[in-house]
Amino acid sequence: MSLTVMTLLEQFVLLLAALALFLSFVLLAQARLVAAIHIFAWQGALVAAVTLTVALTGQASHLYFSALLTLALKALLIPWMLHRLARRLGLERHTETLTRPALVIMAAVALVIFSYWLVAPMVEHGLVFTRNIIAVSLAVVLIGLLMMVFRQQAVAQVLGFMSMENGLFLAAVSATSGMPLVVELGVAFDVLVAMVLFGVFFFQIRESIDSLDVDRLNRLTETGEIEERRPA
Amino acid sequence: MSLTVWLIALAQALLCAALAPLLIGWVRLVKARLQNRCGASVLQPYSDLRKLLIKETRVAHTASPLFRVAPYIVFVAIWLACATVPLVALDLPTARIADIIVLVGLLALARFFLALAGMDVGTAFGGMGASREMLISALAEPAMLMAVFTLAMTAHSTSLVGVMEHHLTDGFLLRPSYLFAFGALILVALAECGRIPVDNPATHLELTMVHEAMLLEYSGRHLALMEWAAQIKLLLYGVLIANVFLPWGIAQDFSPAALALGLAAVLFKLAILGAALAAGETVLAKMRLFRVPAFLNLALLLGLLGLLSHVILEVGA
Repeated sequence: MSLTVMTLLEQFVLLLAALALFLSFVLLAQARLVAAIHIFAWQGALVAAVTLTVALTGQASHLYFSALLTLALKALLIPWMLHRLARRLGLERHTETLTRPALVIMAAVALVIFSYWLVAPMVEHGLVFTRNIIAVSLAVVLIGLLMMVFRQQAVAQVLGFMSMENGLFLAAVSATSGMPLVVELGVAFDVLVAMVLFGVFFFQIRESIDSLDVDRLNRLTETGEIEERRPA
Repeated sequence: MSLTVWLIALAQALLCAALAPLLIGWVRLVKARLQNRCGASVLQPYSDLRKLLIKETRVAHTASPLFRVAPYIVFVAIWLACATVPLVALDLPTARIADIIVLVGLLALARFFLALAGMDVGTAFGGMGASREMLISALAEPAMLMAVFTLAMTAHSTSLVGVMEHHLTDGFLLRPSYLFAFGALILVALAECGRIPVDNPATHLELTMVHEAMLLEYSGRHLALMEWAAQIKLLLYGVLIANVFLPWGIAQDFSPAALALGLAAVLFKLAILGAALAAGETVLAKMRLFRVPAFLNLALLLGLLGLLSHVILEVGA
């Protein structure tokens, strides 16, 4: 389906989805923790905007509520909690040195192509519009996964996890015009509870290995002595 | 009819060269006002060029003939490139003789001779500037081509006229790929024209200069040609960005009314772009040279995402 036959709102959904994908890339390559949290907040706002636009096309009225919930939770509350955690953990000026950022970006580009290849067989005529969005959302999910693999810092890994959830939500909203409200509420509170638990874990991890670099968890010692190598 | 069309094309090419100092004067004026300075008149660059043109030309003893011909080659190549970009009217014969890839090639030719001339005299600054220019352009060119391919894939044509015609017939569409290509082209234009996050156009005194370092040995009319070429290059990128992404207003036939409207439209678009450039230069600081690859990698990523989002989101099955 080419762009010329779409309504302006459908085009707008595509534009927002593409921007969300771009923000995934920026999140992946962003070395500063606080800036990454802000980018995650913007991605949440974009997902909320997609939800609002789909609601405006008039398919499902409960999406208005869903958009509001997403905006409050993903764009405001969770970034605020992460920000507060970063402040309390003394990570406000934390910069992670990325090893081979260009390679990671290329891997992410390959993931985008892979996800397009994966959804390409869905040729059902009415599905073409949503199929494209599903490719983008799948790419967002996979890039979030890639971020969890490549980042060593626990907070950055949580950001990757949360952006995976953004991708899933994007797919749900644009492909099936939203899940039932009960499911959405459940997922939202799951994410919120997960966030609280992550916060607790951060302090636990830091207490036991004196750092949030989770690569250090690979080194098991019986005495609990960890070589003194603090990240710069 | 054919003769009139060629005359219009010639007039447009001359207009490119004539407008370029005005654009740079406008950017400088807006920048000065934003920084609470009075600023020189918009016409100051014309006076500078005139002054340089009537001054005596001195050439270093160690300079080879290449040093003398380089300004002419650079100026002609960039002017030719600018003449192939539709400025006022769309379907001119000059625009039909070269597509976007030739345009990029002409710019590369000019850059090649500029770098050679920088190294020719054998001063440290010239060689340093040339090496930096080549570093930047080696990274900027793939990004530019990637952005250009996005446009070409949408229009199924590598000709600028084809791209603009396609855009005009489609009407207003929100294309994610165009947005990404737009971002990529802006970043490339900033890097290639030596504007502020990459190079500081207002100084001769820093060890960080790129473009100015290659021109240090030039004087008189040679320097005038080099500076004029740089101004035309800025105009070229401005027109490229303004007319490819927002082609509305450009003259599609050659009636006087349409041509006047086209001229007014392009002047308006360039004034907005110039003011935006000045505002950006006021807000941003120049970045370290070793951060430039990251900056241009972002441009490349934007171009790549433009291509991907075109294939994934816009073509469909």
